Amino acid sequence: MMDESAHPYEKFLRKDRIPHIWCEGCGNGIILNCFARALDELNIDLDKVVVVSGIGCIGRVSGYTNTDSFHTTHGRPIAFATGVKLANPELKVVVISGDGDLFAIGGNHFIHAARRNLDIQVICANNFIYGMTGGQSGPTTPLDVWTTTTPYGNIEQAFNLVHLAAACGAVYTARWTTLHTRWLTESIKKALNKEGFSFIEVVSECPELYGRYNKMETAIKMMNWFKEASVVEHFSDPAKAEITTQRIVVGEFVDIEKPSYGRLLREMKARAAEKMSDGGG
Amino acid sequence: MTTVSVQKPKIVRSGRRFISGDIACAEGALAAGCRFFAGYPITPATEIAENMSRRLPEIGGTYIQMEDEIASMAAVIGASYAGVKAMTATSGPGFSLMQENIGLAIMTETPCVIVNVMRGGPSTGQPTMPGQQDVMQARWGSHGDYEIIALAPSSVQEMFDLTVDAFNLAETYRLPVFVLADEIVGHMWERVTIPEVESLKIVNRKKPTVPPGNDFAPFKPDWDLVPPMAVFGEGYRFHATGLTHDERGYPRTDSAEAQTELVQRLCDKIRKNKQRIVRVENALLEDAEVAVVAYGIAARAALSAVRKARAAGIKAGLLRPVTLWPFPDEHVAEVARRVRAIVVPEMNCGQIVREVERAAKETPVIFLPKLGEEPHKPDEILDAMRGMRK
Repeated sequence: MMDESAHPYEKFLRKDRIPHIWCEGCGNGIILNCFARALDELNIDLDKVVVVSGIGCIGRVSGYTNTDSFHTTHGRPIAFATGVKLANPELKVVVISGDGDLFAIGGNHFIHAARRNLDIQVICANNFIYGMTGGQSGPTTPLDVWTTTTPYGNIEQAFNLVHLAAACGAVYTARWTTLHTRWLTESIKKALNKEGFSFIEVVSECPELYGRYNKMETAIKMMNWFKEASVVEHFSDPAKAEITTQRIVVGEFVDIEKPSYGRLLREMKARAAEKMSDGGG
Repeated sequence: MTTVSVQKPKIVRSGRRFISGDIACAEGALAAGCRFFAGYPITPATEIAENMSRRLPEIGGTYIQMEDEIASMAAVIGASYAGVKAMTATSGPGFSLMQENIGLAIMTETPCVIVNVMRGGPSTGQPTMPGQQDVMQARWGSHGDYEIIALAPSSVQEMFDLTVDAFNLAETYRLPVFVLADEIVGHMWERVTIPEVESLKIVNRKKPTVPPGNDFAPFKPDWDLVPPMAVFGEGYRFHATGLTHDERGYPRTDSAEAQTELVQRLCDKIRKNKQRIVRVENALLEDAEVAVVAYGIAARAALSAVRKARAAGIKAGLLRPVTLWPFPDEHVAEVARRVRAIVVPEMNCGQIVREVERAAKETPVIFLPKLGEEPHKPDEILDAMRGMRK
């Protein structure tokens, strides 16, 4: 009999790790919820899922999912995931990490995994700052905003992550905010079924360290920003989808077919093995 | 009824072969069961990657050239956690970049092998010239406290043999193991004997004895201080992290007890098994009055010098650490008690000599540094021994 007090997605969590460390109003829980929902709706065997994360607030997510999981060094989850996926292609390897982890210290790994069209899914929680260390500016911090290391306003241009992913060759690219939970869940499902490198950016609220310093001190106020600023535009030009404080273009940007690294690797190995059995090698 | 026997292609061709050190290293890795290589081209280790890129796909393994050495090391850890024996090969600058994730491999107790074909440093240094300048970096290069295993081949044969041993040690103790070669050993061509793979002693990591479920703690050690290793996809659904963690693999970032328990065990699993790990080779030491302590390519000249000394009436002997880490303190101390002095030739400005001095206590230690293209000449070492005669 079902325990009616149990949360329907409890089986996706390590219950002994709850409560989590995230602040009140954090968007990370919403992302985890959508991820669990996507796994559930696709009926994926959790024994074959590996969640890999880096360092930062969302980096702790791998400790909460009831799957095999690994919490890597800062910026390295994609490089680690590369080894996992190639060593055992049957595994569904999902990287869930933050904007600083994936695009500052780990930027090189992202662009090359996308270029290779490695068969992994990357979900980026973009909260515009380094949350774990107290709210410093990062590669996605919008111009002019206040952070603890931009006390006179941010003067760096921000990365447009969906444009970057598309340019690097990702076969699936989408952006949602934590307000767009149904769309986000559908995107995660699509990405999980996609052959090759898929990327989903989730604009996520950090009322504690971003909102508080930018006139949005509660999760509700941040959600209201997402609601007012976001426009759904499917398959619009990712080059024109920069996030500003006024406008957040969301939707799917890329959904194309291209042979994945895993497929080309299998074919190459077959050719090499044939040569070996012919007496070569 | 007839059976058709299909000749299975051999993983590694056995017998007498004339190959380079880097090729021997690649062949040793394949013989040891390595089926994953992630790396980045760098002189003088590139030939290891080239050979792996050709050989691994033939036998179902995977080679990938990563975007840098940071990524290479991360991918190696990932592959090992997915259950495949994995390695990378590099030289000084790449070794520096790998230090971050070498720490992760230590903390997450990941069996893997890192070959460093040492060249001249610091920085870009002399890419095509030999060096033994990364010995201390191998010991202390990543932050935090840990113990490590490093092997120093001094011949092409040992590039094969010690690469096999490195995998066995990595699998036994669940840690990254270094093969600290040098440019000469890596690039030198020599005749070697490759044994039948079936005749080699191959060690595979211990597997959990409990089925998946709540009883499984991925970092709970056995009597030998080494935890059995589950890998991804087996149903254990375990967590591993570079954070200080408990036996379940869960972060324990505010407990002095957890920090002490984990870090002390990571050190102790090597310290307390040191007798089983340490290997040295002795030559003519029984009645020696003067000893040379040398490793890697320097040991070749040292052996020649010792023989020349014997011919000249000097009772000389050689102690060659095969394991640089853990350092064979007891062996050096025992020799130091019997000889008048110890000569240490190294291709650096003085690294292992410090360990020798520490172990030798009162016995004088003469250091012979060497930088640049050529290794020590036997006569240079011989002259040092002559100077120590009464």
